[in-house]
Formats: sequence, C-alpha cells, structure tokens
Amino acid sequence: MNFDDTPQEAEFRATVRKWIEANAPKEFEEELSKSSLGRIRLARHDMVEVGKAWQKKKAEGGWACLHWPKEYGGRGATPIEKVIWQQEEGVYGKLTQPFQIGEGMCGPTVMAWGSEDAKRRYLPKLASGEEIWCQLFSEPSAGSDVAGLRTRAEKKGDNWVVNGQKIWTSGAHYSDYGLLIARTDPNVPKHKGLTMFFLDMKSPGVEVRPIKQANGMQEFNEVYFTDVVIPDSQRLGAVGDGWNVSLTTLMNERMSIGARLATGVPEMFEFCSSLMLEDGLAIDDPAVRSRLASWAVKSSGLKYTSYRAISALSKGERPGPENSIGKLVSGMMLQDIAAYAMDLEGAAGSLTGESEELAHGQFQQMLLSSPSMRIAGGTDEILRNIIAERVLGLPGDIRVDKDVPYNKIPTKGR
Amino acid sequence: MNFDFSDEQKQMRDEARKFLAEQCPPKAVREVLDGKAPYDKALWKGLAEMGFLGVAIPEKFGGAGAGHLELCVIAEEMGRALAPVPFSSTVYLAAEAILIAGSDAQKQKWLPKIAAGEAIGTLALFEGKGNPSPKAINVSANGGALNGFKKPVPDGAIADFAVVAARTGSGSRESEISLFIVELKAAGVEVKPLTNIDLTRGQAEITFKNAKAEPLGEHGDGWSVISQVLDRAAVLMAFEQVGGADRALEMGRDYALDRIAFGRPIGSFQAVKHMLADMYVSATLARSNCYYGAWALSTNAGELPEAAAAARISATQAFQHCAKNNIQVHGGMGFTWEFDCHMYYRRANAVALGLGSLSYWEDALIDRMRKKNAA
Repeated sequence: MNFDDTPQEAEFRATVRKWIEANAPKEFEEELSKSSLGRIRLARHDMVEVGKAWQKKKAEGGWACLHWPKEYGGRGATPIEKVIWQQEEGVYGKLTQPFQIGEGMCGPTVMAWGSEDAKRRYLPKLASGEEIWCQLFSEPSAGSDVAGLRTRAEKKGDNWVVNGQKIWTSGAHYSDYGLLIARTDPNVPKHKGLTMFFLDMKSPGVEVRPIKQANGMQEFNEVYFTDVVIPDSQRLGAVGDGWNVSLTTLMNERMSIGARLATGVPEMFEFCSSLMLEDGLAIDDPAVRSRLASWAVKSSGLKYTSYRAISALSKGERPGPENSIGKLVSGMMLQDIAAYAMDLEGAAGSLTGESEELAHGQFQQMLLSSPSMRIAGGTDEILRNIIAERVLGLPGDIRVDKDVPYNKIPTKGR
Repeated sequence: MNFDFSDEQKQMRDEARKFLAEQCPPKAVREVLDGKAPYDKALWKGLAEMGFLGVAIPEKFGGAGAGHLELCVIAEEMGRALAPVPFSSTVYLAAEAILIAGSDAQKQKWLPKIAAGEAIGTLALFEGKGNPSPKAINVSANGGALNGFKKPVPDGAIADFAVVAARTGSGSRESEISLFIVELKAAGVEVKPLTNIDLTRGQAEITFKNAKAEPLGEHGDGWSVISQVLDRAAVLMAFEQVGGADRALEMGRDYALDRIAFGRPIGSFQAVKHMLADMYVSATLARSNCYYGAWALSTNAGELPEAAAAARISATQAFQHCAKNNIQVHGGMGFTWEFDCHMYYRRANAVALGLGSLSYWEDALIDRMRKKNAA
C-alpha cells in the first residue's frame, strides 16, 4: 500500500509537469487558485475565451482529451494518465469548464455511435475547444424521468423537423453544437420511441433563453425548437434507439474519476478557526467540533474513495462502484455546512455581501446555490436508486408507465 | 498509486473469512451470547493455529512477522463474524503496548504466549465513566504495588494479564502516569465480571490491593504509550467495525430481497432502498478512511494520529448506522432474539465506546487537524 507512481507514471507525470510549467497561462493562476465553491469567473476576462485559448494550446501539444484516440484529437492515453494530467493541470483545469460537457458526455456519445466521417469531422474540433458542445436532454416535464420527454422530431424526407423545449442546458448560449434526444414515435412505450441527434446550435428555429435561477444567477438556459431541421446524417444510433444511446452519455457523466468535488470542509474549517463566538473561538466549542469532525471524515472518506479508484486504474482494473457516492455525499454536505456556518454568525448570518466578518459571503452564496448540487446530474433520490439497484442488486421500482404507449400516459404539470 | 491491499493480503482475508465462516457461524456466537461460555475457546485455539493471533508479532517473538496491514484484514473479518473471543483486547491493546514499550524480556515472556493462544491480555485504563485522560487515573503505584480499581476492563474476567495505567505522581501532568504489567491470578487482584450490552464480549471490574506489578516502559512514559496504543487500536478496531457494518448491510439487503409485503419484495420500495443506499454510503466512506488509517499504521507515518481518529469516527458511525437500520429493514423480525440483527446492534454500540466515545475521537480529530494546519 502506497501513494507512489509506478516508474512509467512518474515519467509521464514529469513530462506533463514540464509541459504545463512551460505553457500554462500563469497570469490567471492567482485568480484561479482562490477557493471557490460555485462557478468560476474571471474578473477582467471572458472565461470562455481564456478557456478556448488554453484548450487550443493543449490540443497543439497533444494534451486535450488525452484519453481519446489520436485520430479524433486525443493522444491515446490510458485512464491513469488522464488522472495524472488532471492532477497536474491543477487550477488551470478550472478553465476547461466550458468543454466538460463536450469532453465528458457529447464526445463519447459521438465516438460510440457516430459515423467515421462524423467522428473525424467533429471530435478533433471538440477536443481543441474550437467548437463547444452542449447536451439537450432535460425538459420542464422530464427531469429524473428523462425518458418521458416531449420534444418531437418528425421525419420529412431526408430530414427531421424538431419542435419542443429543453431546459437546464449549460453553455447553450456559447455552444456550437448540441446533443439532442427527441421523441420520434409517440405510439410506443416511452423508452422505445426516442432517437438521438446532434445539431448545429445556429440552425434556424433554435432559440436560447437564459433561466433566472432560484439563487438569482443565470448559468443555465432554456432552448426552444421551432421547426428546426436536422439532416438524417446527424442521427446517432438507430431510430427508436435513443434511450440506449443516452446511456452511453449518462454513464460517462458518472465516471468522472478523480474529479474535484467541493465539499465545503476546508472553507468551514478555516472559518471556524477564526470566528470568535461569545466564549471564544468557534473551533473550541464542543458542538462545533463534533459537527466539523463528522464533515471532515466524510470529506476524507470521499478523497480516499477516489484514491482507491485511481489505484484500480493504475493497475489497469475497472474501478468499483464506490465512486457513485461522491455527488450524493458532497451535495448534502455543502448545503448543511452553509446553513451551519450562517447559524454560527447569528442574526448577521442572513446578510449577504463581501464583508470580511461574514467570510466574504461565501456560505450565504453556498446556501443559495447548493440545492442545485442535489438535483443536477441526477437527484439525490435517483443516485440512491442507482446505488440500491446497480450496486446492492435491489429490484427496480414498479413502473406503471413501462409498457404503455407514450401518448396514453397521463400527464400533468411541468 | 497503489492504495489497496496486496493480492497476498487479500488472499489472507479470504482465508480468514472462510475459516471464520466455518468456525464462527452465528450459532457459535450465540453460545457466548446465551451465557454458555465466557468466550469461544475452540475458536481462540483455532485462530492461534491459523497464525492470526501473532500476525503482527515479529517472528523472533513467536509471531508470523507479517505486519499491521495483514492484521487489518484479519480484524475486518473478526468484526464481520462477531467473533466472541478476546482478540481486540489481547492483540490490539496488550500486544501493541508490549511491542511499543516492553523490554526484550517482557516481549520474550508474553508475545509468544499471545501468538500461541496461551495468554489473554488486556488494557486496564478506565476507572468508571469518562473518556481516556491522564487526569482520570487514580490507581496508584508505590514500590511496585498497585492500589485502586479499574472498570470497565475489556475481557478482564478471562484475561491472564493486564497492562495497567497507574499514577506515579500526584499532579495532573501526563508524565505522572506509568504503565505496569499485572498478572491477574496473583495475590491482591480481585476480578469481578460486569454485564454489558454486548453479551458476546466480556467486561470486568478489577480491584488492586497491594497487587504486585512490573513496570512496562519508562517511568512517567505511560500516557505517551497509551496514546500510541489507542491510535493503533483505533485503526484496527475501525476495521472490525467496517467488517460488522458490511455484514449488517448485507443482512439488510438480503432480507429486503427476500421479504414480500404488499405483493412485492420490500427492497423495491424506495423508502427501503434509500435506507440501504445510505448504509452503503456510510460503509464505503468508513472503508476508505480505514484504508488510510491502515497505510498510516503500517508505515508508522506522522499522519497516524489524524488518520486513526478519522478511521475511528467514520467506522463507528458506519457500524452504528448499518446495525440500527438493519433492524429497521427487518421490521418486527429484526427485534426478535432469534434473528441475528441485535447481535450486530449490540456489538456496534459497545465497540463505539470501548476506546473512548465518538465525541472523544471527534475532539481528538479536530485537535490533530489544527496541529497539522498550524504546522
């Protein structure tokens, strides 16, 4: 048992480190290093532009999407090499945020289901950041039950015509392409009537509108489709096989090993170490210590769980199912920590703003943003179902709409 | 990175699991539970023959000389099987104290006997309620004779000897505590068995009246040794707890698959599934913290105090959580004597206290994290 690289890994790490040292945009290092629990913003620069420049440089050096095959813009690296890259990329990895949906979800789907022509045309440009992709799955009335989606695609000659609405699309406003799942046959049960496409986000009839979220920010979009034409050559997988294709996408979403999940624990520890309460420092208070300790062991538990997965990759094995717990644990923890930090501040805890005494307002922001952590990318409840069914082998829930034609399923509400 | 047990260590775990499945089925645990024997003597002998008692004891003292990683995998299996034997008190507490502080002669005298299953040892630390603290120690040592009482002493009623923490000065400083080895059959030692919630493991009160005691380690060094022993034992006990948590989770899962209510397996109800998923999350977090503890223990790393506290807290929470919800998944059947659920519930809640309570370790973790952050 050790934390050391194998000789090959050490050599690879040294190569990566040298390249990053010579090429990283150091002018942003300080800004990116500041701990941040939400989305990253740069004060004087556009995140997407800075990100694109870094991604382009990485692609030229052969470091973009490095676990992809060379012919599609990668370098054919092993999974453990990808992890080492992420570790070494460090704070600059935050710049890759606009490309993560493309790299993690859209790209792998095109790779698995696209034609050779499509793969050669789209994947290298996705990898180099020249073209950004978004994912168009969720709808106002199809969230956890995404197979219940309503957006229609109808065949007209060699094309499909799409009408409907998607929601919670990150980056739709700066994306060039989108991965779209739509209903092509409402007369069969819901999972069977879906088909996957990709489309040019500049197509006529595509309208992107920002959503004002519960935390007051605008980070996601709604995307409306009005008679949008998609050529049949942009279909991924067979007609009616879209659900199966989407599993490739979602599987990749959950496989992000070694990803840096914010838990709020370091911020909370620092906060309690300096906050003066009536009887002294917060961290000297037994109640505070007990809460902190419980969060700290969850956070270290997640860290060492990911180390176990990395070790499996290092040995060329498939990591076990342990990593499915990451988002479930960290999402709830962020929300609990935020509320407790504010509780320690007393009545002033409700104040927002950047003042020093309120820890720069970070916990207030965290409180307002954290509900989304427990919903996006699989709600806590869906994640528990996945653990219960795929890891523990418990039976699936009874699905009353499973064998019912989609257009006979009762619907109501958003 | 190789943050995992080796193939040989995993093989040893499989061997231990197989051995315990055969030699320590729930039926055997129940012999002790029902008061028919104070501990499972045949199992104790078998564990010695398998080399498990001396797995971390060097070969020159009669052990297998394997190491602490190997002891961790055995500990997990002991917890899983609820082995009703004085393993933790003898191996994690007494043997570790002697390994840390014993003279060559003391090691030569006790360790081979421990490895061979011929001597049961324990640590006599507590004196009534409260957590480990030098201030709580009142047993006095004068001229090689002890006076005072200890309780609870794990496995005290069946132990041959105890490592006893005693006061060799009158102040509250740590340096006024020293350790002694006391043979419990000797004159001046009175042992009274105590009942406790875990009927498969004994506790005792030991009274010393001018009992003959042999110093273990340097005079005034006792608390430092105790702290090291507790950290090591915390990691090892955490593996037992993770073993128990995993087994309780499996029992709950199996029952949820088997039991039909409202015309379907209860494991298809989300209320039950989510309870089991949360148990899996606890057990997984605990296991990962334990692995880090195992690494720190086996390399004697400076990180051990923090890693041990994290493993201990996480594993205590996981075992209590899984044992409690295992009963809940079983419903009424889980509250019968006949079903094994209560044995895990009893064990989970007893071992949660044995080395100091959860709040004691939470406190310790925060102190240790602060020390690290300040460094």
